[in-house]
Amino acid sequence: MPIAALENKLKLFFVEVEEFWLLSFRAVIGIFSKPFYYREFVTQLDRIGVGSLFIVLLTGLFTGMVMALQALLQLKPFAATSYVGGMVAVTMVKELGPVLSALMVTGRVGSAITAEIGTMVVTEQVDAMRVEGTDIVKRLVTARLKAILIAMPLLAVITDFIALVGGFFMAAGYQVNPVMYRQSIPQFMVFQDLIEGVVKPAFFGFLIAMIGCHVGLRTGGGAEGVGNASKRAVVLTSVFILVSDFFLTKIFIAFR
Amino acid sequence: MSPHGIVMDKVSYSVGGRQILKDFDLVLTKGVNRTILGVSGAGKTTILKLILGLLPVDQGRILIDGVEIGALRESKLREVRRKIAIVFQGGALFDSMTVGENVGYRLIEEGRLSDSEIERIVLEKLSFVGLENSIDLYPAELSGGMKKRVAISRALAAEPDYIFFDEPTTGLDPIGVYNIVDLMKRLQGEGKTTLMVTHDLHTAFAVSQRFSFLHQAHLVFEGTREELMAAPDETTREFLSPSERSLFRFTEHPHQEHQTRTITELE
Repeated sequence: MPIAALENKLKLFFVEVEEFWLLSFRAVIGIFSKPFYYREFVTQLDRIGVGSLFIVLLTGLFTGMVMALQALLQLKPFAATSYVGGMVAVTMVKELGPVLSALMVTGRVGSAITAEIGTMVVTEQVDAMRVEGTDIVKRLVTARLKAILIAMPLLAVITDFIALVGGFFMAAGYQVNPVMYRQSIPQFMVFQDLIEGVVKPAFFGFLIAMIGCHVGLRTGGGAEGVGNASKRAVVLTSVFILVSDFFLTKIFIAFR
Repeated sequence: MSPHGIVMDKVSYSVGGRQILKDFDLVLTKGVNRTILGVSGAGKTTILKLILGLLPVDQGRILIDGVEIGALRESKLREVRRKIAIVFQGGALFDSMTVGENVGYRLIEEGRLSDSEIERIVLEKLSFVGLENSIDLYPAELSGGMKKRVAISRALAAEPDYIFFDEPTTGLDPIGVYNIVDLMKRLQGEGKTTLMVTHDLHTAFAVSQRFSFLHQAHLVFEGTREELMAAPDETTREFLSPSERSLFRFTEHPHQEHQTRTITELE
């Protein structure tokens, strides 16, 4: 019996993986075909992008400050505090900016996507949409995917910038020359790092939107089901962001 | 069999190992209004969703005006669904849209009519249910009865041939029930064919000419009101006139909606 149960669990797992990629494929194809649902897209862009601005500003500012603080303490014995700008920049742009902003957006937006779609499923609104002739993948999934693919890289860039500003203030407190702080940034970075800093958040955005929508569309069981689905979406997305960050970094290093 | 109507032919459907329907037959002829009776959780709503192609059948076939929907892709299904509208049990109004946007949803989606034309139709349909002054309200601001009336109005906007009602009077006060029954009669007077699923006998007898009784995945009765009242089947008689003997005889099952549906089923 345990083997049968394991077989059943594996089967369900592979069915879910297959459905995730099927949904993702259809959502991506939907970006390029009518109807485009501009109103829904703009609403989602506002919710995801503008709505997440404050939280990523806060994240960026304090992350930049604490990174600069730690780096200054480590660099001071070697009289190398002038390199703190470059250290903050390279770490933020390549890793912490994309990952931290994505984790923040996951908590704020990913859970909301799942809860909203999940509620629509359990209250039969999704069924009603289908009866009314709507392609629910285009209306509910593609609109959110498009919005987050645009919003996430912008949010990550803003996080990076604010982190550098935070680092600058900390460095100023340690009498680091502002010009040295700014000039150390290009010394530590190459153009590919900037690409990495934009591609990663776009991919994380894809994960946030698609996992949020996928789990939301599979919601069942009323209010409790919606709560469980939201929790599941946040955990899954956070784990996949951290795991995929490692593999994306390996890929970028391979092409360096 | 005339191609005008809805036919379910030996349909079976199960979910999560539980048999919801087994070799279920149903004929909804145009102009003849039917009610499917059964206890809560018997699978009545599932029947409506199967006809609408929202759930895939395990076995059997469903024909809508002669077109078998089983093999149709979602895009083709949308064309067939244009003939049918449904009033869901809770109304299923879109929370983020106003009453007016809800009623005009399909027309806006189709994009064939101008904004002024859509507004005219929306007002006309809302007037039919007496809610023309609620056009700018959101669903959260409406009572249960008003939500169902808006849902009826939304169903009418598409000018369907068939209108399905899922427990339309459940949870309503007597005046709310009277309003809904009156609306259904007026719809029938306008030539719409209705299929209702309910356990409310009063409403069923008020609006339908033919009745089906679903019990434990099987159709145990089909006929007119007179035939129903004289049904020899013990289960049907107990459903109509429950007594102490009936206690726990009708096993209630969890609603099918509580089972997780796959994306494939949603699509």
